[in-house]
Amino acid sequence: MKQVQNKNKVKQRETITAYLFSLPAIILLITFIAVPVVIALRYSTMEYNTLRPNEKIFIGIKNYIDLFQDQDFWIAFKNTVYFAVIVVPLQCGLALALALLVSKRTRGVSIFRIAFFSPTVTSMVVIAILWQIMLNSSPSQGWFNAIITSIGFDSIPFLTSKDTAMNSIIVMSAWQGAGYQMMIFLAGIQGISTDLYEAASIDGANVFQKFRYITIPGLKNVTKYIILITSIQAMRLFTQPYIMTQGGPQDSTKPLVYYIYNVAFRSRQFGYACAAAVVYFVIIVALSLLLKKVLKSDE
Amino acid sequence: MKISNKAKHKIGLVLYYIFGIIISLIFIAPLIWMVVSSLKEEPDIFKNLNSLATFFPETVTLNNYASVFERTPMLRFVFNSLFYCFAIVILDLIVNSMFGYALAKFKFKGREFLTNCVVALMVFPFEAIILALYVEVNAFGWLNTWFALIVPFVGKCFTIYLFRQFFVDFPDELIEAAEIDGCRPMSVFVRIVVPNSGPVFATAFILDFSAHWNDYLWPLLVSTSENMRTIQLGIATFFNTEPIEYGPIMASLVICTIPMVILFLFLQKYYVQGITASGIKG
Repeated sequence: MKQVQNKNKVKQRETITAYLFSLPAIILLITFIAVPVVIALRYSTMEYNTLRPNEKIFIGIKNYIDLFQDQDFWIAFKNTVYFAVIVVPLQCGLALALALLVSKRTRGVSIFRIAFFSPTVTSMVVIAILWQIMLNSSPSQGWFNAIITSIGFDSIPFLTSKDTAMNSIIVMSAWQGAGYQMMIFLAGIQGISTDLYEAASIDGANVFQKFRYITIPGLKNVTKYIILITSIQAMRLFTQPYIMTQGGPQDSTKPLVYYIYNVAFRSRQFGYACAAAVVYFVIIVALSLLLKKVLKSDE
Repeated sequence: MKISNKAKHKIGLVLYYIFGIIISLIFIAPLIWMVVSSLKEEPDIFKNLNSLATFFPETVTLNNYASVFERTPMLRFVFNSLFYCFAIVILDLIVNSMFGYALAKFKFKGREFLTNCVVALMVFPFEAIILALYVEVNAFGWLNTWFALIVPFVGKCFTIYLFRQFFVDFPDELIEAAEIDGCRPMSVFVRIVVPNSGPVFATAFILDFSAHWNDYLWPLLVSTSENMRTIQLGIATFFNTEPIEYGPIMASLVICTIPMVILFLFLQKYYVQGITASGIKG
């Protein structure tokens, strides 16, 4: 009887210690994730303009109804989807190619690794400013156009035409970020047993067969993870267009986060912006659930 | 003529290196151009753009750097960023490692639930709550203070999970031995667990530090006064400040990049481990 009591006491003490260890983090997570979620939901049902801070009028789901009829919202939604749909395969494919290139066990390969990874170490703001200078549409200022015109082509209005601006941002983003996913792919490739490759060599398999039947299946889980994180990262697009194009020309590079930012801090319609943020959140959650399901089903 | 296997291998290797070098140049040429341009006189930056000469300055000058420090409090911006990033990361390591340890080593009611919450929130889209967070921080009276930059980002589910995964494999014998010697849980953690967990702390440090060093949207909202400006805001503002001179702009980009390069050189191994650990285990 006494032993049981003692055991209970020990157990109780362990529970208390565990809560003490957990409490600081839990309090922070509740204060800065859970509370903001509640605030966002509440404000999304209100008409609240920050120029008139004392007028908060409950209007139910009117913000949401307005939002779905808002041209600008759909343009921003379309831009975000376009960015994600192109950048994710481009960046992941590039990362896989780079990882294969640097997975060779030979001298100097770590220098290649560092080279491919270096844009990732540089911050996005730096890269965006640098590329904006390099993408200048005048061949006397923009590096890319200087090269393009010197080999006989017409200069391209990279960031100043609505047909090329988003694509320019996509290429830059893939170039900047691929080194990150490359490192994950590389670890995945190195995790595949070398015995498999040796056995395949003995059976007379060529490089492409090895890639098709050993590397690709071996990277299945890693690839799923990379597609998921790259997609979510793509949905967060903001810094590049904010710095390089201010969403233009003609809103062609204005993504959802930028739209929310503008509604809240330019138009000052805070309640309306919160409704957009809630919808944005639902889109991301839906996307990640969908991706998880799609990627799982092919097992 | 038959080419021997050895010769074939050699040719293959040479082709491999040539290809690797070309691709490497695509990735680093813009960065080299940035550094070289920061050392050029203003009129030379856009000269010879279509030839390799653009990488070789005729004269080397540090005037652009002098100009940056004259025209903006760039050192203050660097200090601001270093300060708030270090503050976040130090608090983050303490708070999240303790929670991760509790999830890994203590048996208590609600452990599974909390672990699931942490995993679910790992990819939480911060941008979705940024407005609400702004409202909250404003209500606390934190706008344009260090608190706004630091406190909301101390608790981090990704880091908690990183610690949890590491501590799960921490040998129980070491912990039990210390407990038998009469150590309380807190001192077991501080004296036994932390000193033997250097790698995971280094990994969390570099991952979180670099993430916040690159912050842009949040500081844009909460650090509007010049003396609270972070380095990323500093260079973005400088880029749009008249007179626009590209030499000093390039110099400011280099200044912003140097701290991360230094950190990367020292903690490269842990940075890469942090990036890959998530992918392999997940």
